[in-house]
Amino acid sequence: MNQWTTADDHKRVLMRRRIDFMLRLLFLLCTSIGIVALAVLIVSIVVDGFRYIRPELFLNYPSRRAAQAGMKSAIVGSIYMLLMMAPISFVFGVGAAIYLEEYAKKNRATRFIQLNISTLAGVPSIVYGILGLTIFVRFFALERSLISGTLTMTLLVLPVIIVSAQEAIKAVPKIRRDASFALGADKWQTVSRAVLPSAMPGILTGVILAMSRAIGETAPLVMIGALTYISFLPSSLKDSFSVMPIQIFNWISRPQEEFHSLAAAGIMVLLALLLLMNFSAILLRNKFQKHI
Amino acid sequence: MEALIEINELNLYYGEVRALRNVTLGIPERSITAFIGPSGCGKSTLLRTLNRMNDMIPGTRIDGSIKIAGTDIYSNQVDVETLRKRVGMVFQQPNPFPKSIYDNVAYGPRLHGIRDRKKLDEIVEASLRSAVLWNEVQHHLKRSAFGLSGGQQQRLCIARALAVEPDILLMDEATSALDPISTLKIEELTQELKDRYTIVMVTHNMQQAARVSQRTAFFLNGELIECAETQKLFANPSNPRTEDYISGRFG
Amino acid sequence: MIRFRNERTSLTNKAMPVILFLCAATSILTTVGIVYTLLSETIRFFTIVPLSDFLTQSRWNPLMAPKSFGIWPLISGTLLITFIACIVALPIGLAAAIYLSEYAPRAVRKIIKPILEVLAGVPTIVYGYFALTFMTPLLRSMIPNLPIFNALSAGIVVGIMIIPMVSSLSEDAMLAVPRSLRDGAYALGATRFEAVLKIVLPAGLSGVISAFVLAFSRAIGETMIVTVAAGATPKLTLNPLDSIQTMTAYIVQVSLGDTPHGSVEYGTIFAVGMTLFVITLILNIAAKRLSLRFREEY
Repeated sequence: MNQWTTADDHKRVLMRRRIDFMLRLLFLLCTSIGIVALAVLIVSIVVDGFRYIRPELFLNYPSRRAAQAGMKSAIVGSIYMLLMMAPISFVFGVGAAIYLEEYAKKNRATRFIQLNISTLAGVPSIVYGILGLTIFVRFFALERSLISGTLTMTLLVLPVIIVSAQEAIKAVPKIRRDASFALGADKWQTVSRAVLPSAMPGILTGVILAMSRAIGETAPLVMIGALTYISFLPSSLKDSFSVMPIQIFNWISRPQEEFHSLAAAGIMVLLALLLLMNFSAILLRNKFQKHI
Repeated sequence: MEALIEINELNLYYGEVRALRNVTLGIPERSITAFIGPSGCGKSTLLRTLNRMNDMIPGTRIDGSIKIAGTDIYSNQVDVETLRKRVGMVFQQPNPFPKSIYDNVAYGPRLHGIRDRKKLDEIVEASLRSAVLWNEVQHHLKRSAFGLSGGQQQRLCIARALAVEPDILLMDEATSALDPISTLKIEELTQELKDRYTIVMVTHNMQQAARVSQRTAFFLNGELIECAETQKLFANPSNPRTEDYISGRFG
Repeated sequence: MIRFRNERTSLTNKAMPVILFLCAATSILTTVGIVYTLLSETIRFFTIVPLSDFLTQSRWNPLMAPKSFGIWPLISGTLLITFIACIVALPIGLAAAIYLSEYAPRAVRKIIKPILEVLAGVPTIVYGYFALTFMTPLLRSMIPNLPIFNALSAGIVVGIMIIPMVSSLSEDAMLAVPRSLRDGAYALGATRFEAVLKIVLPAGLSGVISAFVLAFSRAIGETMIVTVAAGATPKLTLNPLDSIQTMTAYIVQVSLGDTPHGSVEYGTIFAVGMTLFVITLILNIAAKRLSLRFREEY
């Protein structure tokens, strides 16, 4: 020992370090629980569902016999919904974000809208289902149709898109706007030609992430009444439809083991699609970070 | 001259960047030594090696040695927690904890194992008196430290550092965020503390170095250019680069 | 003569704010829509079923005779699931947040963060499958006589689902605590854990609590996991081994059946939906308040 550390001091420090070390391990352990859970989840799904990843899954309509059951109508329904939902929610979401960031005066009304949006983002998705059921299915008499489902899901994802688009617009440096104004551009020209192009990768990232959330949503569409026994592809907006999560839910709800395996296979397809969407969002985000 | 802190051939690297180059320097006991130099010259980095705060930054590597009272502080004989108890530090921005004035000062002693309420009361009072803050706060020790003015907060941080009974006090541009009157108070305080503590201060303000320190070290690009009695360094620098700097030709 | 006017662009320029405002107004319309539909149908429901029955009876059995409309079994079911989920998610999520913000080397952080993001992006129906086909059999192998549909399995999996949310929001709260406070603690000789416990956590507390409240609210609104794994038997119980029903699962159950529009049974989903909406709204506003207060401090 030396004059820096009396034996007592040293003992106490060692004790404190031991506590620090043990808790560090504990925290690491807790962190890895999430990772382990994800791994177990994926492994159990793949083990269970792998044998049902076969052409029939993509080519057949639902069936009462697991051996013949597929999710063609659900896959197509999800894709139709995605293709309709993306442009609508993009226009409304980005429009609202532009309004709030570029046009709105900082007054009580604006603060109210802002508060309202962040509140909507926290409303349970099933409540949107109730809304869609009452407004679109009944009030506008759109029935339990593709368009009802799409509009309901659009309302669900709008708050998320608005908030992320606002962040992207906020990140555009003010000097870009000034430069545009100084060249004689009016407000809209500045917004559409100087601000939006810079913000676009960020906006698209937000939209894709919101879409991937919508593609996995089940509860609101159960409310709308997306059916599961759909043995045709929707050919008009007012046709009834199914989507992947609904089909998976239906298979899970059956007592027979084979249908659970089928559900696992369906989940693999759904997760693959989500992974693809998330991956493209990450690519966009990286591009975005390089540009600013 | 008997040096309390002996820095010998010290090099410090942040990854590939060499932030300190062969610094050799002795710092005498119970006096004030000032580090001056343009920003990025390594003066703060050097200060932070003295209580091993640089350990916290990933990718930092060090060679050479720093001995305090004859013990190499980077050897495994030294517990960094104990080292930091003996070598206190005051930062550029006042950084009181979001706690009461009392709890701020008592934080250090509690860490190092003092639980006795009476003992803590004594330490808190003594430290606040040493930092010349006692008269201003003695009746509201339970109030949040955030209610104090910037200058008071900085003196509280000094009291907090003194509460663990250090031998050495490091001050990293401790007045640069303060107004002139608060700065003056802290400077006066250092004059009272220098008889009991070894103070090493980094300052960007040459007048301050000239006013308060006994010795001054001038750094440039990670190198120690010159270290001398403060009066001599400012009146009659031996290195032309020191002269350029203190006469305001760069920096 | 110099002209300072360009008719064509100024028309677009004038029209755009109005169009964009209408986009923003959809959010208000959505809220109005939610409140209106829930409120009008709920009021109609209460003209048939007295509010006092709803709030005081202890049985929920609206679909079969003898009918009774006491909301408490659904609320107790929901709270049971939520508490189990929070017991799982709050400590684990907070510990993960501490590890990521205070201990983890940058390289480790870079790997773990995206994995947690993936975990957060997994659809709830997938978690439902996980609860029913993995967690329940696992629990049943340890606890004899555990029914297939039980609150424990669903609650644990809801907990796993909200771990990423707890950890990322708490981590944000702790990262917002200024670096200088940590330096102050380290400079006095604190270990990392001592700095976390005494300085970082207390300083970030309102942000962390806000994260907890949001997670709680999220667990209350979670639907598919509980629909799949917790059962469909409304029961006034706090026993995690029981089969129960949550508010959300009840709404799904009714909408899956052939309940005629306008009937009392149909009205129940609005009354239950309203209860759910009000509870989560209060929690979300509380969380917002807390995080605003936290941001004011720094």
